Amino acid sequence: MREVRLIQIEEDIQADNRKEAEKVRGRLAEAGTFMLNLMSSPGSGKTSLILKTIEAVQSMRTPAIEVAVIEADMDSQVDAETILDAGVPAVQLRTGGFCHVDSYMVSKTLPNLDLGSTDLLILENVGNLICTAQSDTGANSNVMILSVPEGDDKPLKYPLMFRECEALVVNKTDYLQMGDFDMGSLRRRAKKLNPQIEIFEVSCKTGAGVQQWAEWLLGRIGQ
Amino acid sequence: MHELGITHEILEIVLRYARRNRVTQVSKVMLEIGELSDLEQEWIQHYFDAISRGSVAEGARIEVKKLPCRFFCPQCGNEFVESMRKDEPLICYGCGSEAVEMISGSEYTVKSMEAT
Repeated sequence: MREVRLIQIEEDIQADNRKEAEKVRGRLAEAGTFMLNLMSSPGSGKTSLILKTIEAVQSMRTPAIEVAVIEADMDSQVDAETILDAGVPAVQLRTGGFCHVDSYMVSKTLPNLDLGSTDLLILENVGNLICTAQSDTGANSNVMILSVPEGDDKPLKYPLMFRECEALVVNKTDYLQMGDFDMGSLRRRAKKLNPQIEIFEVSCKTGAGVQQWAEWLLGRIGQ
Repeated sequence: MHELGITHEILEIVLRYARRNRVTQVSKVMLEIGELSDLEQEWIQHYFDAISRGSVAEGARIEVKKLPCRFFCPQCGNEFVESMRKDEPLICYGCGSEAVEMISGSEYTVKSMEAT
């Protein structure tokens, strides 16, 4: 009988994904493209915010900045079609039931895009507040949306997501009057997890706050 | 699906170290997971059993050590542990400062394994 040995490993489970993510960032830098990874629950308004954001950033700079979208979905391509209908280049990334996008999936999708003429690449991640936060996609910035109907307690339930994001867009502020969502509590809870997080209150429906968010994004991508 | 993907990565790391150390049977795999990184031992074990079949890691027991969130206070040098899921302000126990830095709590590590 051979003796039981203790073998030290000390390896980050996601080390390989992170390495690939660095390669993605390298390719983006070469092409002069800024990639935004947008995460949220299903139904929080990712596709609506993307459309509003593109409209805003393109109207705020001359010549208009070029935007493309990667639509990640478990299976359907409804969102990609919505983006294409708006005249924005979009490619579908089918995760095939996988709950989040990782850097390998992005790496395989990049050749389907004309990066050379894309200033801003928006990745619409799978609707999910858990797994998406754990995986580096190769993006330059992580941003999350929380919609008012979801409640102000989400930082307590999904702390990692709030920690991993540079900005939090609170969408559907037009619903504020209809429930007990407390913006002060949300801000306090989010800042506890991530003191640097930028918080924008928007309504894709009325357009309120979209301008401020778009201004921040343009500043972030250096435009 | 999340746990399945993660379990694949864990198995890959384990098999890499098994080859490197000429291991014939892995009996235990120790993981260190921070409080902020959601991961359930039961599911990891379930998936690991399924995907390790026929390899030297078949039958290995997965042991998850949960690490709490640790903070450092640059004001007074104090180090302390605090849960990030409690709805209370985060302040240093030593001096009451709010400007504390998280130093651990999001670990996602294969720490070691026992093998013959």
